[in-house]
Amino acid sequence: MKIIVTDQSGETHELEAIEGWRVMEIIKDYGLPIKAECGGACCCATCHVYVDEDWQDKLYPPTDEEIDMLDEAMDIEDNSRLSCQILMSEDLDGLKLTLAESACP
Amino acid sequence: MTQDTAHKTDAIIIGAGPVGLFAVFELGLLDMKAHLVDILDKPGGQCAELYPEKPIYDIPAYPIITGQELTDRLMEQIEPFGPVFHLQQMAESLEKMDNGHWKLTTDDKITIEAPVIIIAAGGGSFMPKKPNIKNLEDFEGTSVFYSVKQMEKFRGKNLLIAGGGDSALDWTLNLQPLAQSLSLVHRRDEFRAAPDSVNKMRGLVEDRKMDLHVGDIKELHGENGKLSRVVVQKRGEEPYAVECDTLLAFYGLTMKLGPIANFGLNLHENLIPVDTEKFETSEAGIFAIGDINHYPGKLKLILSGFHEAALMAQQAFRYVHPDKKLRFQYTTSSTDLQNKLGVNDKDEAA
Repeated sequence: MKIIVTDQSGETHELEAIEGWRVMEIIKDYGLPIKAECGGACCCATCHVYVDEDWQDKLYPPTDEEIDMLDEAMDIEDNSRLSCQILMSEDLDGLKLTLAESACP
Repeated sequence: MTQDTAHKTDAIIIGAGPVGLFAVFELGLLDMKAHLVDILDKPGGQCAELYPEKPIYDIPAYPIITGQELTDRLMEQIEPFGPVFHLQQMAESLEKMDNGHWKLTTDDKITIEAPVIIIAAGGGSFMPKKPNIKNLEDFEGTSVFYSVKQMEKFRGKNLLIAGGGDSALDWTLNLQPLAQSLSLVHRRDEFRAAPDSVNKMRGLVEDRKMDLHVGDIKELHGENGKLSRVVVQKRGEEPYAVECDTLLAFYGLTMKLGPIANFGLNLHENLIPVDTEKFETSEAGIFAIGDINHYPGKLKLILSGFHEAALMAQQAFRYVHPDKKLRFQYTTSSTDLQNKLGVNDKDEAA
């Protein structure tokens, strides 16, 4: 399983993904610039990513808690998500996303 | 310098998160008093600010405990040692004195002197998140603020408050009676603040006592640091101007290393390298424990920070009590330690 992540400088990386892991954890483990300061508790907005158009409908929709927390990210778009709230599964093999500026450590 | 703002103690702990709090305990067992400095208005650090209601599962002997419960239990555990808290204070500068002790100064110019400094600052200081507006800095401190220290400062102002959480809503309700005019601006017409506050705010809007704008702040306009209007835009709609002379922005907090970077310590990617025997930094007498330190194999766990606090205290003792011999004792058996903890009083009375 893989995810494809474009970082804040525009460089694209192919990351080995693990079933059941939060996408935030996969990105952090790989060493890309993601702050994720609350550690995956949906309590900050520093793991903010933009999900590629083709993949938006394949994700579980955000919970109210995630939508509330996104208020704290400054650079919100329609495809904004918190990557700690996306759980990796077979269906998401090949998931494409871009790290938001506000996720920068 | 008044007595209220100049302090002396055995150990200064920067950061009142779980690791800073537990350091009070370990220092206390070895007869060292501690003062704590924290930028938040309450102890607990990330546990209290970011995730007070969230369960933590990896604290030994607690299969499940919330961030706030952990903070409360630590406060109870260190109570016998009488720690002194300096809250809403940022540790701003550190200097070495002629007697070899350290003098810490906060942003409110409180000074504390001690032979030992313990940096337990986690991910750094909690600082306000700022909107991406290019001339924001021109207005900061004169027309744009991120907190309210004195409500009177906002009397008679044409105030714009930004945000959708409890801070934004609470200050909207508190400042509305004082302000000349007040508007609230938020990205969407839903609020994560307490429903009661949201209802009260909507009531004020219905009574035409304040305005609500749904959208993002795009531009600030004014001269010489004095704001005159801001441009607000809802996604996909035309931008428009809102007249105001003061902006209070509540977009949440994020952690930044802050002035600790200028303490003259060696740094490794914004972390402080320490040895794994004493958790001492590149400066003798300055220790770093918890998430802020770095050493081979480091794990950012509260549990690791507790261990680091215990070993740190052994070395801190040598600086604070150079003439005394350090004896290792257990709380289960040592009458001396039990007296310090105040758990022997009943037996003695009987």
